[in-house]
Amino acid sequence: MSDVVLDIANLTIGLPPGADRASAVQGMNLVLRAGEVTCLVGESGSGKSLAARAVLGLLPPRVGVSAGSIMFDGQDLTKATPAQLARIRGARIGMIFQEPMTALNPLHSIGRQIEEVLSIHTPLDRRARREKVVALLADVHLPDPAQIARSFPHQLSGGQRQRAMIAMALALDPKLLIADEPTTALDVTTQAQILHLIHELQRSHGTAVLFITHDFGVVADIADQVAVLQRGVLVEAGPRDAVLNDPQHPYTQALLAAVPRLVVPQRTAEKPGIVMLESIKARKEYRQKSLFGRGRSTVALDGVSVTLRRGETLGLVGESGSGKSTLARAMTRLLSIDSGDIVLDGDEITRLPQRLMRPHRQKIQMIFQDPYASLNPRQKVVDVIAEGPIIHGLPRPEAEARARELLGLVGLDPSAADRYPHEFSGGQRQRIGIARALALRPQVLVADEPVSALDVSVQAQVLALLADIKARLQLSLLFVTHDLRVALQICDRIAVMRHGAIVELADTVDIYHSPQHPYTKALFAAVPGAAWLQKEAAYAAP
Amino acid sequence: MRRWRYFGYRLAFALPVVFGILVLNFFLIQLAPGDAASVLAGESGAASPEYTAMLREKFGLDRPLLEQFLAYIGNAVQFNLGYSFRNDSPVFELILARLGPTLLLMLTAFGAALTLGTALGVLAAVARNSWRDAVISVITLICYATPVFWLGLMLIVVFSVNLNWLPTSGFESIAEGYEGWERWVDIGRHLVMPGTALGLFYLALYTRVMRASMLEQTGMDYVVTARAKGQTERKIVFGHMLRNAFLPVLTMAGVQAGNLIGGSVVVETVFGWPGLGTLAFNALQSRDLNLLLGIFFISACLVVAINLAVELLTITLDPRIQA
Repeated sequence: MSDVVLDIANLTIGLPPGADRASAVQGMNLVLRAGEVTCLVGESGSGKSLAARAVLGLLPPRVGVSAGSIMFDGQDLTKATPAQLARIRGARIGMIFQEPMTALNPLHSIGRQIEEVLSIHTPLDRRARREKVVALLADVHLPDPAQIARSFPHQLSGGQRQRAMIAMALALDPKLLIADEPTTALDVTTQAQILHLIHELQRSHGTAVLFITHDFGVVADIADQVAVLQRGVLVEAGPRDAVLNDPQHPYTQALLAAVPRLVVPQRTAEKPGIVMLESIKARKEYRQKSLFGRGRSTVALDGVSVTLRRGETLGLVGESGSGKSTLARAMTRLLSIDSGDIVLDGDEITRLPQRLMRPHRQKIQMIFQDPYASLNPRQKVVDVIAEGPIIHGLPRPEAEARARELLGLVGLDPSAADRYPHEFSGGQRQRIGIARALALRPQVLVADEPVSALDVSVQAQVLALLADIKARLQLSLLFVTHDLRVALQICDRIAVMRHGAIVELADTVDIYHSPQHPYTKALFAAVPGAAWLQKEAAYAAP
Repeated sequence: MRRWRYFGYRLAFALPVVFGILVLNFFLIQLAPGDAASVLAGESGAASPEYTAMLREKFGLDRPLLEQFLAYIGNAVQFNLGYSFRNDSPVFELILARLGPTLLLMLTAFGAALTLGTALGVLAAVARNSWRDAVISVITLICYATPVFWLGLMLIVVFSVNLNWLPTSGFESIAEGYEGWERWVDIGRHLVMPGTALGLFYLALYTRVMRASMLEQTGMDYVVTARAKGQTERKIVFGHMLRNAFLPVLTMAGVQAGNLIGGSVVVETVFGWPGLGTLAFNALQSRDLNLLLGIFFISACLVVAINLAVELLTITLDPRIQA
């Protein structure tokens, strides 16, 4: 076997008193070898990020290694002095982060930030550093590296920023690269490119990579070795194929079972009902106002026409900036459009004033992405849910009775009614959000990325709940997502959006088996772990 | 040049603001009871209606309001701010003579408060929860809560009367006949106490805001990135966090530049500083409307100019602001 780069033995990271458990990571053992990618997988709160940060001694205040050792190059990093650690950081261990926008200093140019690594660790003079920076940026396949070096972070796209971060982390050819969810904040096609880049650089330099992720699709694409962390305990570790195809621990099995497959599940086809919600040539443009009237403009919706029928689930799929959320908001009249029409249940609602719009609001309700931000923290759950019906004239006792009933429907205990939102987990809050949307007995539900902020096991439950409720209440569901896998699970028809327009709209089965538009094909190809997910699906099918 | 184009925009916005102030000032003064003629007539002891009417006619105060207003605007555009009959001299010259000392006092107090406040804020944030942080907190609290006029009087009692270190009042010791460098040292000695009295409140404010802003930056991802590069803590603080943390302080300071002129009225009175503040106070007492309007106008221009300077500094420091 190849040589050991990092040897984590019996690592325990203590948490300050009052945390939900005594230690973030408990007795973890993991060996990283040169030229291998080790994926550390876990759900939120599993301690995977803290374990990675402990390697570089970057733990937050009041959190510290309480036992065990991290051997790197014959040195125990847990016992290294700050000066020794500083010499290792950036030079022999590089790190990249989840959100490249915040991980870069907004006030310094890209070139200056990469140059900083060189000026800390090398005797190179200014000119040599500048040349090296341009060469590094070229290595991560950035176009016009000299120009990029002069740019500031806000002038680059998310993918470009992450490439620049990778250039920075690999500037001095470190033996170990720590990547903390480096592709989670990126669009799926960009993610595929970044994964490819990390893989390519890591192979050519023989770097050992510790890759933190929550996504088994990413694991399937990049890992040599997989380690699964559950609430701070390493429950399973081994070669990728062994763990993915033959998981031993029940937790790993449950996690893998919850991963949405890249396949269309068997569904009883319902005959299409009447049109409930329709957008006719909706157009929305954002102009940058300027004093002399010459501003740039962005077309968010470019004459989009789409229909949603009774009892159907329509998916709006696209990357960030594709206009999918704008369309959803325009169709609920949370956003006004410049031209075109929105028709709800036979009534044109495009230009209704707020007062006349109110009776229509009952028919169409929204579920939001962030279950933390979308509930008022000062309102009891029962009030959150009952507020809508009360506004629409239902007496308070009846509204509250309905709220308690709905909590049962979304799988929460009726006692939840008298508690506050912060007492619930993300998945439970999303259930509350669904109950709130249902309280007005709507005919149309619009869900904007309802499961994107949730862990994969919770995600599966919430999706099942949505599908169940939709079928039981005969609702129409407009489902906005960036994740094709999720869309395949729940949608009857899928509209693929790009640059404010629908590039392809077809039944889910058709779009899965024979995508027509090149962009749809690219999206399918970019799904992390596509090959593995399809093989899995074929295996699971009877 | 992105920076200068943006600055041009801002300048274009500033002109209507100045004009608006001109209009507002004129009509505000008209609302006050009494005019210069009635005051002059009263002081001369011959306040017969005929005499007052004659004075009004002489000064053009009997003409329609609109006519007076247009004449005022027309003159103001040419920096002719009228004639002060009380002081028997053109308003613009009066103001010009006082502008220097006021600018000196304001900019010294403002600059010192900003730099020292920033430095103390950084020190407190870096040594968070240590004795240094506690000492800085207590001092800022005291400075924050002390009224300016009381502080000024106490400074005089302690440093001039008892210790005899600094002059009690005035701009310079004219009687000594200092020249060149010595004259500037003398002015500096006169400046210490009024500058301190005016700036201490702002020093306390900027220290607190800077401390909070620095602590906010501590948790930012880019700080972790810098640490992961192997950068030293000192360079992380001064090379990365300082500029990011300073931006909100600068924004606040720009908004407050106007308060500084208001505050200088009290300080100038206490220390007998021959600035715009005392001039305004006297003009108000004697209903010297021309002079008062002139001072308002120049002060407004000053605030606009300081805001522009702060804005220019902000866009120099923050590349994210686009024209």
